[in-house]
Amino acid sequence: MSERERDDHSGTETTGHEWDGIKELDTPLPRWWLWVWYGSMVWAAVYWVLMPAWPGITGYTKGLLGHSDRAQVARELDGLADLRRAGEGRLKTASLQQIEADPELQAYAMQVGQSVFGDNCATCHGAGGAGAKGYPSLRDDVWLWGGKLDAIAHTIRVGVRSGHAGALGEAVMPAFGRDQMLTGAQVADLTEYVMALSGRRADAAAVARARQTYADQCAACHGAGGGGDAARGVPDLTDAEWLYGSTRTDIHDQIWNGRNGVMPSWEVRFSPETIKALAVYVHANAGGEPEPVVSAPAPAAPAGEGADARAAGR
Amino acid sequence: MTTVIDTVKRDAARRADGPVSAAGRVREKARDKGSLYKPRVPIYPKLVHGHWRRIKWILLILMLGVYYVTPWIRWDRPGALPDQAVLVDFFGRRFYFFGIQLWPQEVHFITGLLVIGALALFLVTALFGRLWCGYACPQTVWTDLYIYIERFFEGDRNARMRLAAAPWSFDKLWRKGGKHAVWLAVAFGTGGAWIFYFRDAPTLFVEFWSGRAPIQSYISCALLTATTYVFAGHMREQVCTYMCPWPRIQGAMLDEHSLQVTYRFDRGEPRGPHKKTQGWEGRGDCIDCQACVVACPMGIDIRDGAQLECINCALCIDACDEIMDRVGRPRSLIAYDTDAAVAARSQGQRPVYKPIRSRTLYYGLALVAVSALVVYGLATRPALEAHALRDRNPTFVRLHDGSVRNGYTLKIANRTFEPQAVAISLEGVPGASLRIPGGETGQVLHAVAPPNEVRAVRVFVTGAPGQADQPAARFVVRGAGEAVIAKTTFLTGAEASP
Repeated sequence: MSERERDDHSGTETTGHEWDGIKELDTPLPRWWLWVWYGSMVWAAVYWVLMPAWPGITGYTKGLLGHSDRAQVARELDGLADLRRAGEGRLKTASLQQIEADPELQAYAMQVGQSVFGDNCATCHGAGGAGAKGYPSLRDDVWLWGGKLDAIAHTIRVGVRSGHAGALGEAVMPAFGRDQMLTGAQVADLTEYVMALSGRRADAAAVARARQTYADQCAACHGAGGGGDAARGVPDLTDAEWLYGSTRTDIHDQIWNGRNGVMPSWEVRFSPETIKALAVYVHANAGGEPEPVVSAPAPAAPAGEGADARAAGR
Repeated sequence: MTTVIDTVKRDAARRADGPVSAAGRVREKARDKGSLYKPRVPIYPKLVHGHWRRIKWILLILMLGVYYVTPWIRWDRPGALPDQAVLVDFFGRRFYFFGIQLWPQEVHFITGLLVIGALALFLVTALFGRLWCGYACPQTVWTDLYIYIERFFEGDRNARMRLAAAPWSFDKLWRKGGKHAVWLAVAFGTGGAWIFYFRDAPTLFVEFWSGRAPIQSYISCALLTATTYVFAGHMREQVCTYMCPWPRIQGAMLDEHSLQVTYRFDRGEPRGPHKKTQGWEGRGDCIDCQACVVACPMGIDIRDGAQLECINCALCIDACDEIMDRVGRPRSLIAYDTDAAVAARSQGQRPVYKPIRSRTLYYGLALVAVSALVVYGLATRPALEAHALRDRNPTFVRLHDGSVRNGYTLKIANRTFEPQAVAISLEGVPGASLRIPGGETGQVLHAVAPPNEVRAVRVFVTGAPGQADQPAARFVVRGAGEAVIAKTTFLTGAEASP
């Protein structure tokens, strides 16, 4: 091998390559870099022995430490279930009012409620509970089936026109137009009457014509003044809240077709604790109808569980 | 004139019997073998006495003292808050530094501190060269300590070299064994002190020795023990030369007016052995005694000029001064000096020192500006802070009477150690009524922000029917002394609704 060129300044050999007059030095590496490389080889060998490493035809080398990511996930999920069990236990014994009065327990219930709501209720009521046309908003201050904690929990349990034995929604809105109970002119007049009920501009002559029709057909449920019947879930026609839309066309459409909302009974799907959590979540989110003040429940399990509940909620 | 770092004058360093510095021997060895890898040649720095060595001892004691003592300083804070003056509390998500406590969202102060550190490093390097490397860098400080221990067990340079060459014996065994044992103990002490910065020191001390400390403590301690032992005991100059980026960066901060540890070749050359009977005419002051070379912990020859390996520790200055005293020549043949001064003197001109140059001015101004900004930020940091998070889903809710309600989560940060009662009001929404769900209703709401925590308050704001969007609404949160503002908007959907 011929003598390699040596750089005058540093005394180091060059690689012999030249780019536009610049030559690359062939500076030797410090030897400990080599040791680090050997070290990482040893580490790799140790790792193969200790940890799962090599794939085979029917399986893989398991490693002496017996580590398995899958088993670890299962262990952590078990741990989570343990944490939740503590929270569930307290939800079971506490009343709805007690849950709401205990900030820690309420926070736990809110977390459970939020995730259950997102998976099950948001489809109709919207992710934030804002509702949509035909699906009530759970954020406002209008409650067809009652806005107190117990009423909300009851509604979730039995549902509305759900086929459950105790279901809400016995009263139904007839389809006055479609079923030809009223003529088209009568429905049009009634629409004006309902517009007038909520304090909006309406054709005075039509309102006068519809007065008798309203008294005959509608007042039985919606009340003579249009105030509805909270006990039977009959909507108030005088307020600004319209389940099926507020415009003249929307109102006409509802009198003609008489839609009746359906909500499933969730009793078969959710545990009583989950329904409690959901009720607390919905109640708090809407600002809730005020509840009588109760004292926080006595802890049903050993101390320190509150922290667990918080952890589980995260 | 430009400064070229690593201006090695090879011919000057080469002697008939080969190079004397360790770095030179490495070069020679690699040259002979043509190897891809460069073996480390052990360096046996000789003990020197003098001005700079004394300063280095004092700084070493001072800095190690600060490092070991700081976590044990107590600082009374009320309640269950930690009583440790300096504490990085990962669990509680706080950084405590005497009277200052920083929250994670205030990490920009730490960034500011790092920028100040970098700029200070630039300024000091431009003015005085690598002071950091020579005196303050942990690698230098711990290596110095390790060499002290080495010397204690094995003696000074010549004794150490003899011992290294000697066959294994009981004497060699106990000296080497003792050295490594004490090294390991110091390394353990280093790692052990580090963890106290992250958890209450007296508690952790008990926990650590009774096996109840968090696993992170043991891992951190083990890691730092290992790195200290390896870096300060075995790697030493290799860390500076190969692992640290700073020697390569600092060339950009240095210029010909920066003070550096410099061999004044204008005075020293031509060098050569000197007999007592000879005069000093026609020759340089350097008697080629190698005192500077054997004292160098980096294993280089300072007479080769500025080199990236040189950490400017100034031990060669002390070594040379001692020799100059002995041969009766003035001191400072090796001294803190500038390339410009040496060049000027070698041409028979008066050296000019220019500490104020454009680069030092810029570094200085930037340093002052950033420091002022950080200090201003710290001084005017509000004790109370509020942020309003508006509900986005739904953006607004229409109530039965046609009024519109917006939901907010008001985050009130109380940076004091006392609970703060606050009054919450809203400006910019006419006729608005505020309500805390399940609580108070009115124009002004009341809440208590717990000490050293963020309190999230749900607030519903109901605006009168028929009003337009209010893009410039703001919450006013009034504490005991101050009122803070949280800007937000109030949306009504007025345009969108039919």
